[in-house]
Amino acid sequence: MNNNVATVLQITDIHKVLGGKEILRGVSMTVDKGELKILIGPSGGGKSTLLQCINFLLPPDQGRIFLDGSEVHFHKKAELYRYRQQVGMIFQDFNLFDHLNALDNVSIALRKVKKIHKAEAGDRAYHELERVGLSDKTDLYPAELSGGQKQRVSIARALAMDPKVILLDEPTSALDPELIGEVLRVIVDLARSGMTMIMATHQIGYVKSLTNEILFMENGRIIEHGPPEKLLSADADTRCRGFCEMLKDLVREP
Amino acid sequence: MDWDFYGQHLIPALNDGLWISILLILPSATGGLALGILTGTIRTFGPPWLKRIGNFYAGIFRGTPLVVQLFILYFGLPNIGIYLSPYAAAVTGFILCSGAYQSEYIRGGLSAIKRGQLMAAKSLGFSSTGSIFWIVLPQAMRRALPGCGNEIIYLIKYSSLAYIITCIEITGQARDVATTYFRFTESFFVAGLYYLALVSIAGIALGKLEKKLYIPGFGKQH
Ligand SMILES: Nc1ncnc2c1ncn2[C@@H]1O[C@H](COP(=O)(O)OP(=O)(O)O)[C@@H](O)[C@H]1O
Ligand SMILES: [Mg+2]
Repeated sequence: MNNNVATVLQITDIHKVLGGKEILRGVSMTVDKGELKILIGPSGGGKSTLLQCINFLLPPDQGRIFLDGSEVHFHKKAELYRYRQQVGMIFQDFNLFDHLNALDNVSIALRKVKKIHKAEAGDRAYHELERVGLSDKTDLYPAELSGGQKQRVSIARALAMDPKVILLDEPTSALDPELIGEVLRVIVDLARSGMTMIMATHQIGYVKSLTNEILFMENGRIIEHGPPEKLLSADADTRCRGFCEMLKDLVREP
Repeated sequence: MDWDFYGQHLIPALNDGLWISILLILPSATGGLALGILTGTIRTFGPPWLKRIGNFYAGIFRGTPLVVQLFILYFGLPNIGIYLSPYAAAVTGFILCSGAYQSEYIRGGLSAIKRGQLMAAKSLGFSSTGSIFWIVLPQAMRRALPGCGNEIIYLIKYSSLAYIITCIEITGQARDVATTYFRFTESFFVAGLYYLALVSIAGIALGKLEKKLYIPGFGKQH
């Protein structure tokens, strides 16, 4: 076990079979406090599956996960629920609770999971919405919000739980191009303020300067990893660079 | 017109019946809805063995006539030592029958909820039961509300079958008056108006409830 106090999350040798196919074939990584890890790679490479395994939305078939140095026993329900409170998750398609306004989306887990009193939970939720620039949208329902606003509410919802690490699964890829910026700005702010994060994304340009490790994932494995200047430098002969060049040709970054 | 017949016989009798009808409908509607929510949830999210029990129950009660169910409850159960009063047998039958139908609407509402809602709830640390109760059911209920409301309207009308097992509500009273005075048309016509009033009141109440529960993104005014 790693004794380094700065390590927040460690995962070792995660395997996952879905529909008879081995989607994750031994994935390991160590995430230190305040670090932003970027997960990149072709679609179908297993990024979403990996992130869902990390908070056991999909239970891994094999492998171990440690939070702050202690192993997570996901078969013990109480332990699993406690662990998930500490690991935020941002989904590609937001998954805001459709029947709750922005404020209640952020406060419901505080009230029903953390059992925090309604008034206090509401204050906290308001504060988090303010942080993502939505203090004037607290009463609106998901159907009344734009994609970018929805994703920012979902970030506020994750932040309200005081997570030790946040997993972001292509947080901007379901957004119209003109809305990507507002969400990325929030994520950049979070990274600067020292939030620990693992983010699957193709918007590499925006966050390149904030990460010290890019993980390139293909066919269920991390086949390359290293600092962006190493993987993406002009003379680097890496799959990762080839992939990013190709992305650049396909989509212009905001 | 013979006002004495209405004022002294038919209306007082129907008013007595109305009271019984209300005593039948209120617990049957709430009990049926509660049973339907429970069964619908089990049939959608329960473990396989419970799902099978739920499906079997709903299949039986949706697949057989209500009159047959009432006969079995009232005339059949005494054979195994269970004696129900006409009222208890009727309410039990209505709850079981209505619950089976309500579970269909709830199940439809539940399966319309996107998987991501459950994933988001779990990722925040909600237990399975907690995510269903706080996140999925409130949405499913709103989607199922028109169907569930309809079932309550049906229930008001099929509550008239209680008289068959001698629980004398509106229809039973009308029938007694009709046979005593040999005035079938008027008796049943006025009884029909009583049901129409009940159904209208229920319809208005359900409409109010739908408006109260309205949330952008759900229901008709999309
Ligand atoms: N429930 C499932 N059953 C079978 N195959 C699945 C399931 N979920 C995902 N997959 C497959 O797993 C592979 C990896 O998917 P995913 O983790 O979504 O990749 P990425 O997020 O990198 O695009 C894909 O080939 C996908 O078809
Ligand atoms: Mg994905």
